[in-house]
Amino acid sequence: MAKLLEVTGLNAFYGTTQALFGIDFSLEEGSVTAILGANGAGKTTTLRAICQTVRTSGSIRFGEAELGGKATESVVRMGVAHVPDGRGTFTALTTEENLRLGAITRRDKAEVARDLEKMYARFPRLKERRHQQAGTLSGGEQQMLAISRALMLRPKLLLLDEPSFGLAPLIVVEIFRIMRQINDEDKVSMLLVEQNASIALDLAHDAYLLETGRVAMSGPSDVIKGDETVRRAYLGY
Amino acid sequence: MEGFLHQVFAGLATGGIYASVALALVMIYHATHHLNFAQGELAMFSTFIAWALMQAGWPYWAAFFATVAASFVLGLLIQRLLLRSFEDAPVLTNVIVFIGLLVIFNSVAGWIFDYTIKPFPSPFPKDAWYVTKYFSGHEIGSVGVTLCVLALLYSFFRFTPMGLAMRGAAQNPDSARLVGIRVSWMLGIGWGLAAAIGSVAGMMVAPVVFLDPNMMSGILLYGFASALLGGIDNPWGAVIGGFIVGVLENLMGAYVIGTELKLAVALLLIVGVLTIKPSGLFGRVVVTRV
Repeated sequence: MAKLLEVTGLNAFYGTTQALFGIDFSLEEGSVTAILGANGAGKTTTLRAICQTVRTSGSIRFGEAELGGKATESVVRMGVAHVPDGRGTFTALTTEENLRLGAITRRDKAEVARDLEKMYARFPRLKERRHQQAGTLSGGEQQMLAISRALMLRPKLLLLDEPSFGLAPLIVVEIFRIMRQINDEDKVSMLLVEQNASIALDLAHDAYLLETGRVAMSGPSDVIKGDETVRRAYLGY
Repeated sequence: MEGFLHQVFAGLATGGIYASVALALVMIYHATHHLNFAQGELAMFSTFIAWALMQAGWPYWAAFFATVAASFVLGLLIQRLLLRSFEDAPVLTNVIVFIGLLVIFNSVAGWIFDYTIKPFPSPFPKDAWYVTKYFSGHEIGSVGVTLCVLALLYSFFRFTPMGLAMRGAAQNPDSARLVGIRVSWMLGIGWGLAAAIGSVAGMMVAPVVFLDPNMMSGILLYGFASALLGGIDNPWGAVIGGFIVGVLENLMGAYVIGTELKLAVALLLIVGVLTIKPSGLFGRVVVTRV
């Protein structure tokens, strides 16, 4: 399998504070990779580093291109969609306008219209609320909207920041089921950041464990899941 | 009674111009949360461009549309070349830059076109079919132009992808970047649009107040009052505010405080709105969780 994303020696900074210390990881084309870790380990920062919304040094290879130093908009236009923490809803716009914004850089109008219907088929709740102000949607609906908005880009790589955050368990299961479906059917590669290690490891093929801005452990999800320390610290049994 | 009605209608006509200025202010405020103090001088400068074109023999409407286009480019360039460096700067820095722009445009206009007061033509004839007892041709024409500008802007923001991108960028710049919108360019286009709207206001007001480098200073104050009264983040409010201020100003001038003190109405309104209802008549009250 070809590597879609290859990160080497990545440092990230908030002002003068360093949050990532030379981390290395990679993601195979078509796979799901999970990044696990406690609060403050640098999971969200890793996603932000790829999107270049924080200052970075080191190398981020995406296909043939280097993402380091690019503008966020340019990274996105290359096919990297980000579902940010807090979901990033355009609260004063309608659900449908949010989805259309996801595809704002695309010029293939007919295909965009078809993708819109596809999202509505996948998340019927969004169709019911298509003309409603997105800020009035429930947390779960906004998460569905955020994922759909990101998919409207037809990304090669989808970055997901804690899609389970603040949601009822049943909705989390539903969202992860659909994410698997998206990975299977649309072959979208995903980099998933999660606190909920157990559900993330079920979806992911590979996983990395971050501790205070460094990679503490990595490997196939099954191996990580079986590891004693991971089980105690992050899976809680 | 007839005199009263005439004052009301004349107020609506100038109100249309205040509405355009307010609209331009709201446009920039909405996108950047800055009040553009140079908006009036920019409009004045645009009007001089139109005047120069007409002096060179251009017909009115050709000069009008060329000026709108030139103003758009001018606004865009100001944002791209100058203000971009201050995008993340504190509010006060921006205020000072705006005041700098105000002084620069005022002086440059005086330097190029000198300070003598010049007549500026109106495209609406005095004897047109739409002239009535209460409305002169220019009055009804400038209200019509304001409404056209409003309709065009509404359609642009409501129905075009670019308009949607601009609304997205204004509302949530971080998310906008994450869907690939070039937010900084959207601000530039916002500045261009605001300058273009301002130029229309300038060209509509110049036949009334005559053209000179200081012609917009009072009008900008009325524009501020209108935008604040309507709610600084609400374009519809700004337009309604403009008409209200226009009528109020005229009635107060005619019956209460006299024409010399008319400008005080604008200042009173600004102070009054800010103390009693800072969000304006139609503005949103923004509550921030701390």
